[in-house]
Amino acid sequence: MKAIRSFTILTFALIVMASVIGCAPQQPAGPVTIRVLSMEQAGATVDEMNAIVGEFNTANPDIMVEIEYVSYDALHDKITTSMASTPPAYDVFLADDIWYAEFSKAGYVMDATDRITQDMRDKIFASAWDITSVDGKVYGMPWLLDEKYFFYNEKLLNEAGFSAPPTTWEELVEQSIAIKEQGIAEYPIVWSWGQYEAAICDWVILLYGNGGSLMDANGAPAFHNEAGVETLNWMIQSIDDGISNPASISYVEEDVRNVFSQGKAVYAVNWNYMYDLVNFNTDESQVTGQIKMALMPAFTGSGVESASINGSMGFSVAATSPNKDAAWKYVEFLTSEDVQNRYSAHLLPIWQTSFEGENLTKLEGYTPANATTVPMFNVQFPYAHVRPKVPYYPEASKTLQLALQEALTKQKTPEQALNDAAAKWVDLAK
Amino acid sequence: MQRKLSLTQKDALIGFGLILPSLLIILGISLQPILSTLFLSVFESSRGINVERIFVGLGNYTALLSEQLFWVTIGRTLYFTFVSVGLELILGLAIAQLIHSHPPGWKFLRTSLIIPWAVPTIVNGTMWRWIYNADYGALNGLLLQLGIIDKYIPWLTKPDVAMNLVILADIWHSVPFIALILQAALATLPADLEEAAAVDGANALQRFLLIRLPLLRPAILVALVIRTVEAFRAFDLIYVITNGGPAFGTVTISYLTYLETFSFGNVGRGSALSFLISIFTLIMAFIYIRVLYRPEEN
Amino acid sequence: MKKTMRTLWQVLLVIPVVLFIYLPVAWLVISSISTRSELLSTPIHWIPQQPTFQNYINILVPGQDASEVAKTFRITLWNSLLVASSVTVIALTLGSLASYALVRLRFPFRQTMLIGILGTRMIPEISLVIPLYLFATRFGLFNSPLILIITYLSFALPFAIWLMAAFFNTIPVELEDAARIDGCNRIETLFRIILPISAPGLVSTGLFVFLTAWDEFFFALILTSTVSAKTVPVAIAEFTGRYVVDVGGMMTGGVLAAIPPVILSLIFQRYIVSGLTAGAVKG
Repeated sequence: MKAIRSFTILTFALIVMASVIGCAPQQPAGPVTIRVLSMEQAGATVDEMNAIVGEFNTANPDIMVEIEYVSYDALHDKITTSMASTPPAYDVFLADDIWYAEFSKAGYVMDATDRITQDMRDKIFASAWDITSVDGKVYGMPWLLDEKYFFYNEKLLNEAGFSAPPTTWEELVEQSIAIKEQGIAEYPIVWSWGQYEAAICDWVILLYGNGGSLMDANGAPAFHNEAGVETLNWMIQSIDDGISNPASISYVEEDVRNVFSQGKAVYAVNWNYMYDLVNFNTDESQVTGQIKMALMPAFTGSGVESASINGSMGFSVAATSPNKDAAWKYVEFLTSEDVQNRYSAHLLPIWQTSFEGENLTKLEGYTPANATTVPMFNVQFPYAHVRPKVPYYPEASKTLQLALQEALTKQKTPEQALNDAAAKWVDLAK
Repeated sequence: MQRKLSLTQKDALIGFGLILPSLLIILGISLQPILSTLFLSVFESSRGINVERIFVGLGNYTALLSEQLFWVTIGRTLYFTFVSVGLELILGLAIAQLIHSHPPGWKFLRTSLIIPWAVPTIVNGTMWRWIYNADYGALNGLLLQLGIIDKYIPWLTKPDVAMNLVILADIWHSVPFIALILQAALATLPADLEEAAAVDGANALQRFLLIRLPLLRPAILVALVIRTVEAFRAFDLIYVITNGGPAFGTVTISYLTYLETFSFGNVGRGSALSFLISIFTLIMAFIYIRVLYRPEEN
Repeated sequence: MKKTMRTLWQVLLVIPVVLFIYLPVAWLVISSISTRSELLSTPIHWIPQQPTFQNYINILVPGQDASEVAKTFRITLWNSLLVASSVTVIALTLGSLASYALVRLRFPFRQTMLIGILGTRMIPEISLVIPLYLFATRFGLFNSPLILIITYLSFALPFAIWLMAAFFNTIPVELEDAARIDGCNRIETLFRIILPISAPGLVSTGLFVFLTAWDEFFFALILTSTVSAKTVPVAIAEFTGRYVVDVGGMMTGGVLAAIPPVILSLIFQRYIVSGLTAGAVKG
């Protein structure tokens, strides 16, 4: 019986201990603490991010910024969970552009429309504001501009007898047939068509490049038409013909990079990050020095010159943060022209002025990769499309991913799959 | 005072006393979250601050039960559960027997069994995703060099193949659990019974089927129940290896719950799904216990 | 002769089991010491031609260039050890008592309780994590190892109770009856007879409880935020960026994370063997 008693005591001790800790006052004296949630490998390295925090804390002795990093996969779940408590665990967080509609409807992000100055509106890329804006209101500062690019292996392309990359998808097919015949690559192009957001990104490129779109001006689905079916059929056909790598159905961006950096594919579609790793990093790539970027092709006769996907992120202030002003001050600092110009070795600035004159020279000189990616950004960004800003986007996206996959694995016809997905989108909008 | 109690009453008192600390902790931690999940499951609501909750009663449950997606997912989850747990039990029993017969190096083998469990699931999943990769995976590399295939195969692009490969990864991770549990149970079994049977002329198979297996039944039951509960809620490995693809081919019921609760923010539906999962597992646990558990043997 | 044949058979059976376990493990280790460029090569380099131990160096003796994850890995390893061993000790002590009662003592509702205890394990943690997060912040336990110990007990205890039940059930009742005739009461029987005989079971249970806590990811992800409480799986997950996956780093993390449990099992191996003999003598 003695044993039981001591265990009971232990249990109660645990409970008491827990409540004592819980009662401890939580009002730190001194500067206001701003907690920031960012992510690992967010373009800017952790060291760069920490350096920016250090600068800010020195310049603002009344504010103390503490920054934390999680993986991208965990970011969405971390944010939504931390918003359940008051005050939230974070005052500032990094958000992907496809989450903004959901977050603004849920009341997680502070409306910053009135805090955006005319100067900021004028000097920051108009399409950068699309990232953090929902229904005309601005919910944060854009940061980390990114889009998908068309990459090609110049050495292999030349071996196949072509001197220039394709400008249309039809031309890509023609070149690919020649590449296959000469045995230069078994599957000339590799995509990220796995059941992930990546599939939607690639589809946006093809769909918009065929004159289609995901959603019309009234918020109704617009992909279950000729343009959509044609695009999807083209994808299926390209796998059947061995032009697209059949494993694309299970791939994400990183698989694309891995295949491309082996020299197993001549073309690839991927984000900005791939260029540096594939063309300059010998530990990671077997094709260094062979890679070029070109304007994303489109379909002939679509009237579209090029189309890409905008995949940027933004920094926002939690709507329930008790220190909104201090938090916004940090966001403004982080995304300011000055800080962006100085910390742009690993990410592209949001300021148009950073791409002009002396700033441009500096920007292009930061890394060997920047000399190519920065001019390419300027060319491709006007063609980048933002995915629909609807609060039910995560579910709509998953529905569409399923539809694409059902068609690609031939469980449904493209018409059937897209019609089913469109019906679900209509349902979700209710 | 205690002397006046009967033996049974005294047993009951001691019993409750022994259980109480565990019960307090389990309930203290789980009760509130379970009740709040139950509460949320009768509302239709999206996630957010000050969102409007609409009371729908059992609406979320009836809606789910009438959806094809739900039943297809349940079917897939049952397939995953029974194939992986079934194979794990057979292999686990065989490995436990093998270790128990003390072959050369059995201690090494026993320690080795810990490794698949010791590798964190997230690494485990990434490793298998890489092994299964169509263009540079070790599986294709190995099979090609052994001459079993003549061309690299894109394994994860077919729903049924992907499902079976996820099961293989799960088996690798979980066979050691069953093997070690059964091996430990074998170690506690009295040796004299079997020796007596051997003297009576029973052969090895008879001894195994008639003596060892019945004695192992409690351990098998526990291993089965625990693994079934785990497998029915499988999520982590699938998330990393296939993300539910291709074409939802590896979406299990827990994965669906994750999508609804976290990705889509359909808190009500997600909570209802959680309870449906619990009910399904509870039913399965009861069936096992009815079939395998016979306490009155004592 | 018969003995030799038997050994030969056994070895023939052991080989596939060892291969089944070690082929993926070998690949894990190879991945951790290969450059990506080499890892991607076809045909596959089973033995890396230019092995690199940079991933290990980054984690064990991090320099300036090492990533944030690599730099903090050792601290998270310590957090994991603290959490997993506390959970194991508490779950084993409380769990074996409860388990014994549920298996051997007669009182109302015991079978219901046995299943009910498992019932808490049947609800996906996905649904429990937000209420638990709110609980943690309300009591100031957010981002502390204590909240992980407490929440892990919610699954470690049922797990331990059920596993111990398996072992207690295999012990013949006669053994216990004999002890009671000798004048031992319930508690004495438990501590003097049952627990020593169940040593292999106790150790196995302990090992599994430890491993379950060691591997737990989702609670740790949501309930911690800084290195003061982050555990190994959460740290390893951070080798994944938005697009980039540092496979080498992740595999290295996996290899290093597997070492402490393996060492533990080596230490406790002895007890499993001695438990075996103790049982045999008494039986």
